[in-house]
Amino acid sequence: MSLTELWIILGCAAVTLLSRVLPFVFVKQLQMPDWLLSFLTFVPITIMTALTCQGLFIAHPGHLATVNWENLWAAIPATIAGILTKSLLAVVIVGIAAMACLRYFGI
Amino acid sequence: MDSSLTFRTGIKDVLPTVFGYIGVGLAFGIVAHTSHLGLWMVAGLSFIVYAGSAQFIITSMLLAQDPITSIILSTFLVNSRMILMSTSLAQYFRHESLTRNILLGSLVTDETFALAMNKQNHTAGKLSFAWQSAANLIAYLVWGVATLVGAYLGGLIKNPDQFGFDFALTAMFIGLVYLQLISDRKLGVRLQLLVMAFVALIYYFAIGLISENMALLVATAAGCLFGMEMKKCR
Repeated sequence: MSLTELWIILGCAAVTLLSRVLPFVFVKQLQMPDWLLSFLTFVPITIMTALTCQGLFIAHPGHLATVNWENLWAAIPATIAGILTKSLLAVVIVGIAAMACLRYFGI
Repeated sequence: MDSSLTFRTGIKDVLPTVFGYIGVGLAFGIVAHTSHLGLWMVAGLSFIVYAGSAQFIITSMLLAQDPITSIILSTFLVNSRMILMSTSLAQYFRHESLTRNILLGSLVTDETFALAMNKQNHTAGKLSFAWQSAANLIAYLVWGVATLVGAYLGGLIKNPDQFGFDFALTAMFIGLVYLQLISDRKLGVRLQLLVMAFVALIYYFAIGLISENMALLVATAAGCLFGMEMKKCR
């Protein structure tokens, strides 16, 4: 490992750790205002939706995004598995299997 | 998922997300290998920085010989969503000691955050230090080991995508968002669906204009504000 790499690890680790830990320290010490608590109740659903969208759209900087059709096709059986079983494991396994089938048959 | 909050239950609950970590971790290891990063650098990135998608960005910026300061700034921007997630998650641990809060905070990820938010729907809004630590530690170890295995085997596996593992991450978020939708009784299905549609729309247009990671933040924040307004209207 070079000295540059060492500095990058230390610097990136510091900013990442602070982003993770400082909120815990502040929330413990301070009373949050009501509007912030209300805002935060929507963080789980919004961030999970945005992270899902990241897998379903392909960005083309400067132009409109397109749909990642391969992922969208695999998402259908995965979602059905979720509706039927309410199990995260089932969603992941069916999703992976669906994608492997799509690729195997060259769809 | 049940209402038990022990360390052992934490291990059981986090297992489905492990596939996502293995898939993306192997992919990262392989990318790092082809970008000529040494095993120590991969270990340092995974075990010390521990930043998932940001590790891919650091690797490509290293390859492009970008300055250290811009690599660190990019890492901060990509990970700034951690601030939102940690602030949300920390609400459940205010009664715990500062040391325990710092320990929990230091290993928060997208996945363990989402898992915890699912879990508290089954436990009347409670989480425990033991449960969260188990989820955090398993995720941390599996990620680190998967990236090292990927880096080690990097030369051998030519096309890991044919097994569909690259889809594990998206599948996992589909599962997590669906379970959140049906089990968050405080917000209800209708309001959540409306917020989800809004977030998807904002994200879709935003990625044409700004980077995907910035779009993630903008869509999340806009979705929260939209949700707050919609809730007032009801």
